[in-house]
Amino acid sequence: MAMNPDYELVVIGGGPAGLGAAAAAYDAGLRRILLVERDLEAGGILNQCIHNGFGLHIFKEELTGPEYAGRIIDEIRERGIACLFDTMVLSLEDLGGVKRIGLMSMTEGYRHVTAATVVLAMGCRERTRGAIQTPGTRPSGILTAGTAQRYVNMEGYQVGRRVIILGSGDIGLIMARRMTLEGARVLACVEIMPYPGGLSRNIVQCLEDFGIPLLLSHTISRIEGRRRVEAVTVQKVGEDRRPIPGTEEVFEVDTVLLSVGLIPENELSRAAGIKMDPLTGGPYVFENLETSIPGIFACGNVLHVHDLVDHVTKESRRAGKAAAERVLGEKAGGDAPVIPLLPGPGMGYVLPQKIRKEDFEDSIRVFFRVREPRMTPGRILVRDGEKVILSARRPYMLPGEMDYVDLKPEILSAVTGDHLTLAVES
Amino acid sequence: MKEITCIICPQGCRLRVDEDRDFEVTGNRCIRGVSYGKSEVRNPVRILTSTVRIKNGSHPRLPVKSDRPLPKEDLMEAMAVLDEVELEAPVNRGDVILEGILGTSVNIVATRDMAK
Ligand code: SF4
Repeated sequence: MAMNPDYELVVIGGGPAGLGAAAAAYDAGLRRILLVERDLEAGGILNQCIHNGFGLHIFKEELTGPEYAGRIIDEIRERGIACLFDTMVLSLEDLGGVKRIGLMSMTEGYRHVTAATVVLAMGCRERTRGAIQTPGTRPSGILTAGTAQRYVNMEGYQVGRRVIILGSGDIGLIMARRMTLEGARVLACVEIMPYPGGLSRNIVQCLEDFGIPLLLSHTISRIEGRRRVEAVTVQKVGEDRRPIPGTEEVFEVDTVLLSVGLIPENELSRAAGIKMDPLTGGPYVFENLETSIPGIFACGNVLHVHDLVDHVTKESRRAGKAAAERVLGEKAGGDAPVIPLLPGPGMGYVLPQKIRKEDFEDSIRVFFRVREPRMTPGRILVRDGEKVILSARRPYMLPGEMDYVDLKPEILSAVTGDHLTLAVES
Repeated sequence: MKEITCIICPQGCRLRVDEDRDFEVTGNRCIRGVSYGKSEVRNPVRILTSTVRIKNGSHPRLPVKSDRPLPKEDLMEAMAVLDEVELEAPVNRGDVILEGILGTSVNIVATRDMAK
């Protein structure tokens, strides 16, 4: 490689994932690090999550989102890591080793920087109404829960007076409480599945505390209004998740908040030619969080949607350390044989999707989400061909809760088949 | 008899708490549900998080929290108090914004830095 890159590492995204990766890469020995953030400040989505409940694993106390952000921003400042704000990353290319990153900002215009390694930490975005197809008109007053959260908590606007929430994801639940405290009336939270999407803590403290009904196995089948939303029709759904005729109920509301899921934001990764996993919506990664392009790593919600920021911090620290190891030549990677890890029956996804069969020093932590909730005890099985090489008991399993098993070095070195499968015991 | 959902772990057991029998808890799948059920029915408290107006800051709103939990039934009244507050930037994370809200010993503190 003739070209000497401008940076050892460029981190794309200044939310919790990017901040964690940059600090960890510094601690592992890198000094020429650049963090690029499109907003005017670091912290990402945490800045608008003003409620508390963050940080129990990492800081051993309950913090609000801005407090958690403040602490990890301090870690970047203390290390003197260079940050570019108000700057969009427009392109990412692999030039056979060196990575070329196209940057755009008001002050600097369009330019390129080069880096030996890149950590992708762009986070995720909310699914919108377009992705869920509700019949009716298209008045104003329909917005995603996260957009409403930003308006209310950061800009200080009240976004509506009579509100209904579609979907029971955590942001929607948090906004039900937030809007109620700010004087709005939240009439119901409507969930198409027979079980809630968010944490039970949020169901209790955001809905039950304020007497807001949670309508499971229901959906909004119609939205009406000329300029502003005026009413929605809510219907019960059958097992096929289609509305059941005759169950219509009309709610007079001026606002519909959508909390129907999050999608990793990977336009840049795709354009760079990184291979994607349709199950996670993020890149396929090896055990060190390296993507299909050597030297490009991914962590946080761009890789798979997390339910706890603490997990994002832990994962991003691994990605930052792995990038440093690649730069400092501590891990060869490259040509080792690869063992794919596949999701078996009952499994929503597994991560990493690939393990390099090297000299295993440490355990490899495999994250997964099950597909269906189950409130009775069961087992997670890891199979090498037909042989069960790990069996872990769980008192219950919920898709809303990311879980993991650790594969010990002795288990991994004994693998004989050409792939491993992770499944829920039937 | 009160029925509540335990929030200590995601299993979310439906707890029944009997006020007439010294807050006896049933329906819990594990021992942690007992202390949660008792305190939640005896004295339900919550940390309040909200925002207050701020002038000359990088944003028009500053996020704040109560430094200790408040009785659940006082949350709306505390919100009305916060509605009257208007600050001037700069503010640092942890600064006390309001001392002893509603005559309690609970303070309202800033949860982020806000520069001019
Ligand atoms: S009682 Fe125990 S098992 Fe049930 S929700 Fe509470 S902590 Fe979990």
